[in-house]
Amino acid sequence: MASLQLHRVVKRYGTTAVVHGIDLEVKDGEFVVFVGPSGCGKSTLLRMIAGLESVTEGDLLIDGTRVNDVSAAQRGLAMVFQSYALYPHMTVYQNLAFGLENLGAPRAEVDAKVKAAAKLLKLEALLERRPTQLSGGQRQRVAIGRAIVRDPTIFLFDEPLSNLDAELRVQMRAEITALHKRLGTTMIYVTHDQVEAMTMAHRIAVLRSGNVEQFGTPLELYNRPVNRFVAGFIGSPQMNFLNARIVGASDAGLRVLLDAAPTGESQPPLPIDGSAKTQQRVMLGIRPEHVAIGPTSGPALALTATIERVEQLGAASFLYCALGGGERLTVHAPGQVAFESGTQIKVSLPVAETHVFDTDESENAFRRR
Amino acid sequence: MASLAGMLTARRGRGAFDWTDWFSYGYLALGLLLMFGPVVWLVLSSFKSAAALNEFPPQLLPYGQKTVVVTGHEIPLPLYRVTLPDGTTRELAEVRRIGIQATLVDPKAPEQEYKVNIRDRKPVREFQLALNNYIEIFGKFSFGTFLWNSVFITVVATLITLLFNAMAAFALSKYRFGGRNAVFLLIISTLMIPPTIILVPNFLVVSELGLLNSLWGVIWPAVATPTGVFLLRQYMLTIPDELIEAARMDNASEWRIFWRIILPLSAPALAVLAIFSVMWRWNDFLWPLIVLSRTEKFTLQLALNAFQGELTTQWHYLLAMTVITLLPVTLVFAFLQRHITTGIAAAGVK
Amino acid sequence: MNALDPPMRALQRVLGVPRIAWMFVGPNLAILGLFTFLPIVINFYFAFTGGVQLYPSERPFTGTENLSTLFDCGSYLDPATCRKDLFWRSIYNTGEFALLQVALMVALALVTALVLNRKILGRGFFRGVFFYPVLLSPVVVALIWKWVLQREGVLNAVLASAGSSPVGWLSDANWAFFWCVFVSIWAHMGFYTLILLAGLQAIPADLYEAAEMDGTSPWRRFSRITLPLLMPNLIVVLVLGLIRAVQIFDEVFVLTGGGPGSATTFIVQFIYQTGFAESIHQYGLAAAASLVLALSLLVLTLVQLRITRKNLDSPAGRGDG
Ligand SMILES: Nc1ncnc2c1ncn2[C@@H]1O[C@H](COP(=O)(O)OP(=O)(O)O)[C@@H](O)[C@H]1O
Ligand SMILES: [Mg+2]
Repeated sequence: MASLQLHRVVKRYGTTAVVHGIDLEVKDGEFVVFVGPSGCGKSTLLRMIAGLESVTEGDLLIDGTRVNDVSAAQRGLAMVFQSYALYPHMTVYQNLAFGLENLGAPRAEVDAKVKAAAKLLKLEALLERRPTQLSGGQRQRVAIGRAIVRDPTIFLFDEPLSNLDAELRVQMRAEITALHKRLGTTMIYVTHDQVEAMTMAHRIAVLRSGNVEQFGTPLELYNRPVNRFVAGFIGSPQMNFLNARIVGASDAGLRVLLDAAPTGESQPPLPIDGSAKTQQRVMLGIRPEHVAIGPTSGPALALTATIERVEQLGAASFLYCALGGGERLTVHAPGQVAFESGTQIKVSLPVAETHVFDTDESENAFRRR
Repeated sequence: MASLAGMLTARRGRGAFDWTDWFSYGYLALGLLLMFGPVVWLVLSSFKSAAALNEFPPQLLPYGQKTVVVTGHEIPLPLYRVTLPDGTTRELAEVRRIGIQATLVDPKAPEQEYKVNIRDRKPVREFQLALNNYIEIFGKFSFGTFLWNSVFITVVATLITLLFNAMAAFALSKYRFGGRNAVFLLIISTLMIPPTIILVPNFLVVSELGLLNSLWGVIWPAVATPTGVFLLRQYMLTIPDELIEAARMDNASEWRIFWRIILPLSAPALAVLAIFSVMWRWNDFLWPLIVLSRTEKFTLQLALNAFQGELTTQWHYLLAMTVITLLPVTLVFAFLQRHITTGIAAAGVK
Repeated sequence: MNALDPPMRALQRVLGVPRIAWMFVGPNLAILGLFTFLPIVINFYFAFTGGVQLYPSERPFTGTENLSTLFDCGSYLDPATCRKDLFWRSIYNTGEFALLQVALMVALALVTALVLNRKILGRGFFRGVFFYPVLLSPVVVALIWKWVLQREGVLNAVLASAGSSPVGWLSDANWAFFWCVFVSIWAHMGFYTLILLAGLQAIPADLYEAAEMDGTSPWRRFSRITLPLLMPNLIVVLVLGLIRAVQIFDEVFVLTGGGPGSATTFIVQFIYQTGFAESIHQYGLAAAASLVLALSLLVLTLVQLRITRKNLDSPAGRGDG
């Protein structure tokens, strides 16, 4: 078990920087997920932590000790690769034992640890098979087992579930979470799938182009995204972004006028601090599940929308609507609805659930009260 | 029946069996005769006795004189077809011969002796393999030593070649180190330096190292083959880097990664190189000819060359030695033809 | 090899990970340095020194004397007027041999490849038949043919049964030269056939089908589709064949010993004899002759590189690794 700190960590390949000075602190026993779109530098960051890539600048500390120059083997971490990287010419047993043998562990101890890991991961019946004779899920388990036998201080996972089918992914997600509960070891998990991030993490670091945009618990990210990028990345379906401009700021809050709103109607102020200039263009964000059909009890912005498509999932329904000016609005309604496409409906956006963002994706959002 | 006929006349296109088909099969038949004929002839000849080899025109198959065991005689007697003075012909065994007169007996009734002129008797011949050719070369010419020298050079040089070339290929395919491209170019460039143009200086180097008349003098200069490095490197490039990284996380040293991960996974390419190397070293001639001048250090190829150069060539032994020399390569070929031909097509070398 | 692990681990700690690569290329580079690169340098030294000593410091510097000895000729067109007439004979022989052998061999290899590329019965078997001699050692090849060609050999027996008198195949200068060409084609053709066959099989079948649909005649299909598309392979085969033919030694040395007279003495045999086989070892002269050989190979190699351009993709080169 160990904690991890990154201080202004930079990675450059030649002259192109792919990680731009990241500060991060992972607490002992924590489950941290790095999430971000493909190519944002998640793997690079993880591989620097693992010791597979050198750190160009900055410091990497494990339990307070600088490990920039310590080799991968000696950092005492274990990694599960996206392709699993099982040794194809070795049996499952040999795959699990290889790391321990490299440490010169006595045969009996190797055997005991391998057997224990196999039991934990229900691999006992497969020990004599080769990786090619295993299913995707079984390979995944062997890859995790190979990490477990070494008693690492930190587990590193690089998109470990991306090669599995949807059902297995859900199952393995639960298994990894359970494993973390059981072992209590620090885990760092990389994924591009925000659902995985939300369901598994204690804290999530959202990465974009080599920068950490936000680092916080799943609900912090969900409720208080620091910018439009994070807001759009977390949550499915994506948060709605509507063009608007600021028409006034007062103690009551920020007043905005949606481009799609019928002119002349007075709109309630939003519970958001606004020191901004009036007429500044902004984007109003609201999650699909917060959009109400018809009027609501609290203060809300009212809009008229035309339903273009309806998806009925049974337990919930998604309405994909068009607003004036070519803007789109997704509505997540609980239960089943009786609307047909083409219908015009009135929707309300409760002001308590609204976010206001700069038009620039990475500029900080307006602070919610 | 129809399908068999179809198979026998398999040809390109759907039209009639045209002249190109006749040409093709004619060409192949001629090719078969020319390519295999001499080898078959050599093998058949190697089973003939010295006397049979001296016959002209030669017989196709190895024949020897038939012998019979006759009571009262310790060794088997040669059998002849004899025309007796009364005009009858009988098969008799020759007991002795003095001048032009031979004394023969009937194997079934050995009491009565017949004396005939040697012109009236013809040897009775039967199909007979002169296996003695093969047996005697081991005793007479320390052929075993030559065989051992060849086997030693071939096996040891191949093992070292595999090890050294695989190590270099590993470095060139899996590490990014300063000078990597330069090293690769340097190794590949030696393809353009055939050994024939550096015979004299290489002789100096080998003699300064004290390796003249040592089998190692043949082995060491041969073990760093650019072909092998190239072949293995191409193969190792297809091994995923993640396996190496996983092994690094698994605390394996770089040497252990090479030995336990890279080498086993490169087995198919190593097998191809091993086949090549065995053929190269087994067949080597000019360099061993220069380095090994003492008879007890001769390889098979050198021994064959020395024997065929003697004034009176003992062909019955020489042929048997030649067959033994071509045997391993032939076996390798028979079992691994596919690997060899695809390997050669892939690498563009032999 | 597990015993090697601890020292290697220690070495890795000293060198660090990317630099440990030098340990892996080290043995190979050392061998190449010792037995290829160093000899190239020494060869120049030998070429410009004289005497009969092998050790370089005991060899007197003689400048270009070796070269001028080799090139001392009344007329370069007539080897008999040269001081080293054997050198010039071997050069003429080699040139004649290389051109004849390569031209015939490539033509035959092409025909063979075309035949083997057809839908014929037992294709794999016949490919093996043509390829088999490639694997035989040159000494064995020479002995096989020597046995066939000797005065009481099977070829003369066949002639005799046809009523003709025996021929001294290897004791007549012209016949001996012919058989050197023949035997080396016999031994090496399979290799070139294989390369050409690979080239033929890389030509997409639909090109032929399209041509057949258009009613193109077989000859035109060959000359307009096959030949142009096979040209790169043909050129590789030609140049490679020349590079190897110029270095002919083993088979011929055993088959004819360079004779009768000097009828089948080629340049490598001249080097071998001058440097190693004669009672006085004229290393300097042999090294100078090596330089001449190296120069001609360099020209051929440059031609090859220039034509193929993809110099690193196919290490087609010498025959022994
Ligand atoms: N060895 C390398 N050399 C140059 N650029 C690289 C290298 N490895 C990764 N990159 C670049 O770094 C960026 C981040 O890559 P990566 O960390 O793999 O992204 P991901 O978040 O998808 O895992 C990408 O743009 C990639 O092209
Ligand atoms: Mg990645």
